Amino acid sequence: MTDANLPLEQIAAEQPFKHRSHWWDVWAQFRTHKGALLGLFFLVFITLFVLIGPSLWGVDATALDIRNKDVRPIYTILWDSSAKVSWARPLGTDQLGRDNMAALMQGGRISMAVGWTAMLLSVILGTLVGVLAGYFRRLDGVLMRFTDLVLALPLLPLLLVMMLLFRDTLRAAFGPEQGIFILIVVAIGVTSWMQTARIVRGDVLALKEREFVLAARSIGTPSRRMITRHVLPNVLSPIMVSATLGLANAIITESALSFLGLGFPSDFPTWGKILFDSVDRMAAFPERVLWPGLAISLTVLSVNYIGDGLRDALDPRIRGT
Amino acid sequence: MKLRTALMGAAAMMLPLAAQAQDEGGERGRDGHVNIIYWQAVSIMNPYLSGGTKDVEAASLVLEPLARFDPTGELVPYLVDEIPTVENGGVAEDLTSITWTLKEGLVWSDGTPVTSEDVVFTWQYCTAEGGGCAQGAKFDAVSSVEAIDERTVRVNFSAPTPYPYTAFTGAESPIIQAAQFADCLGPRAPECTDANFMPVGTGPFTVTDFRVNDVVELAANENYRDASKPAFATVTFKGGGDATAAGRAVMETGEFDYAWNLQLAPDVIESMAQGGMGVPISAFGTLVERIEVNLTDPSPDLEEGVRSTVEAPHPFLTDPAVREALSIAIDRDLLVEVGYGQAGRATCNLVPAPELYADAENTGCLTQDLDRANQLLDEAGYMDTDGDGVRETPDGEPLSILYQTSTNAVRQDFQALIKEWWEQIGFEVELRNIDSGVFFGGDPGSTDTFQRFYADVEMYANNFPGTDPQAYLGAYLCDNIPSPDTQWQGENINRYCDESYDELWRTLSQTGELDERGRIAKQLNAMLTSQSNVIIPLVDRGRVSAHSNTLGGVQLNTWDSELWNAADWYRTE
Repeated sequence: MTDANLPLEQIAAEQPFKHRSHWWDVWAQFRTHKGALLGLFFLVFITLFVLIGPSLWGVDATALDIRNKDVRPIYTILWDSSAKVSWARPLGTDQLGRDNMAALMQGGRISMAVGWTAMLLSVILGTLVGVLAGYFRRLDGVLMRFTDLVLALPLLPLLLVMMLLFRDTLRAAFGPEQGIFILIVVAIGVTSWMQTARIVRGDVLALKEREFVLAARSIGTPSRRMITRHVLPNVLSPIMVSATLGLANAIITESALSFLGLGFPSDFPTWGKILFDSVDRMAAFPERVLWPGLAISLTVLSVNYIGDGLRDALDPRIRGT
Repeated sequence: MKLRTALMGAAAMMLPLAAQAQDEGGERGRDGHVNIIYWQAVSIMNPYLSGGTKDVEAASLVLEPLARFDPTGELVPYLVDEIPTVENGGVAEDLTSITWTLKEGLVWSDGTPVTSEDVVFTWQYCTAEGGGCAQGAKFDAVSSVEAIDERTVRVNFSAPTPYPYTAFTGAESPIIQAAQFADCLGPRAPECTDANFMPVGTGPFTVTDFRVNDVVELAANENYRDASKPAFATVTFKGGGDATAAGRAVMETGEFDYAWNLQLAPDVIESMAQGGMGVPISAFGTLVERIEVNLTDPSPDLEEGVRSTVEAPHPFLTDPAVREALSIAIDRDLLVEVGYGQAGRATCNLVPAPELYADAENTGCLTQDLDRANQLLDEAGYMDTDGDGVRETPDGEPLSILYQTSTNAVRQDFQALIKEWWEQIGFEVELRNIDSGVFFGGDPGSTDTFQRFYADVEMYANNFPGTDPQAYLGAYLCDNIPSPDTQWQGENINRYCDESYDELWRTLSQTGELDERGRIAKQLNAMLTSQSNVIIPLVDRGRVSAHSNTLGGVQLNTWDSELWNAADWYRTE
């Protein structure tokens, strides 16, 4: 008896992965998705860039240096030896001599913070409404009509009204930057959860009729456990997809608000605003739209890939094969 | 390219003739063809039926007033021999009438004589019952116009009018032919298509073909009063496109000879000028970009109805020393360089032109002086007591400023620069920009309008029509303060109220003599700017147009039509 068990124990000792957890499984599956891995690396990189970059770089993004305005990025010298460049300003400066690199870092901080927070808010709201509507038939009509109502609201005027009503109060309570941050995040969050809610509801409705849910219900699983254990993991992929879209949407909405003069103060850089401010001189200084544009699209793209990889990794049917 | 070569060829052929043109010699039409582009297309040739600048300016090639304004803003006689004044007896002593005498031998382009009846008819046309005359304001003060004889016409005013040169002067109120428009009075005015599209005029050109919102073809007026003018036999007046395209067509490709009003960033215009086919020209009017200081407290802690009204004086901006410090901390030349280039110049005046009213001595603010600004604040008792880099009032309130303006790339650059300077002298500055539609919208329900002024300082540009600043300076009377009682309407944005200012302004409104008016206007201007710094002027904004290198005689004019002297244009080299 003991002899028969020995090899198994040996195998177990030699191959520790047999004890792997659920999340280790997910990570193993995630690693097989090259795009997702690359996206994760980029996201970590850009997050470090905006988080610890400013303290390493040490240049104030709003400091004007009018004598050194319109400096071109250092690499311009490769094809134009007469260009005005400076090693101290590797990405050049804008029309008022503000350092582009510092602006990119500082702007990234704000854009990423706004993007993530607003996205989380809208995903949480959307998932909550979607799951409740899909799972509880009685709530379905009310919640979905409410979603339709919010969908039918013209967003921009709504945002204008919110700004008008709450700007002064929040500004007084949290200061101009913090106040506007909270306002923008909440404004974007509460106006962009509807798509998520609809998608999630649809999926939950379909899921509710599946055998494993019926089986779970037949053994008396309470609704709370049903939702967290069986429904939510299975609707994670649409949530992930709408979350990635939501991140991009939040960054862009923030830019639009800033452009209308309703966002952050004009000397407070965000990626979207750097982009808007540079459009006039796009032909002469392409780098000023190129870098923030790249930062926005690569961030969004990487989050998309991560979402894709996570969906595959979290789906037990795909992970098994 | 083909057109360009052809044009160059034409220019080369005209070379010997052009030399004569500079000597004011030669016969009419000697320089061939000229192309003009306006990026807003012309829809009618009758300025009485359109307030659009493009229509007024196109019509100025054909129709002429009794007197025009020259580039300095002074009146120049056109259809008359001299400008009537009180001194030469043309203006009545009691300032209730003005008498104009037409030049001898004037004829319309159809060969019939111009008489005082035409002038009387012009007045009747614009004031006829049931007609919507776009230039009605020019005749507001006029009670009647009467023909004394063939060549003499008297304009009577309903009240003493110190500035009687509104009717029949400038491109907006030219003389039209009574015979042609006789059946077009009142409601029938828009129906007279032929007359409106091809008016008979006294100007250097006549319309030969008119295509609405597209092209106007003109030819030299055979009956023009100067036999040697105009130098051009034909004109193509093209409309449409945008300012960028128009600028390129003149300065880069050379397809056109003259482009109007290029509202573009200075570096963009500069890069076009490197095209080498034409040059940008600029001229200055009365448009001044300025910072208005709020003399009342805009704090959100105050209740509505008290906030930003005279009931709550501002905690520190009511102190002239603070306002002066704000003004001299600004480097205006740098602002011009960043924002307007050739189309701007630093100014300390609210009334920057015409020469008669502009105070050339008021230049104290032009040099940036941060040390002096710091000193002023120190002396006035605003010290940084808690060491956070921001000064406080003696009561302990920090010198914190909310600085608002409309959303516009140049204005945001200005905000960033000015914020930095103000922070250097110990202010804390928060910037805010508001959509122009809202900011200038005047909606009494919105808290973001420039009249409501829920900020400490705000920046925008304003000007006055015509050449007389009386009404403009009248904006700063005590009665014009916006408040909840006036639905926040009113032009006294700063809530400035000074009895001696009101008194002096009343004197201005009763003074007819021009030099005296100039003196008073300068004094009023100084009371608002250099003496109190309630208004902090920044940049005198001009207009930029462009003409080709081969077009001579162009004198850009912001007081009248840009084409005011088209009769004197000629082809060089």
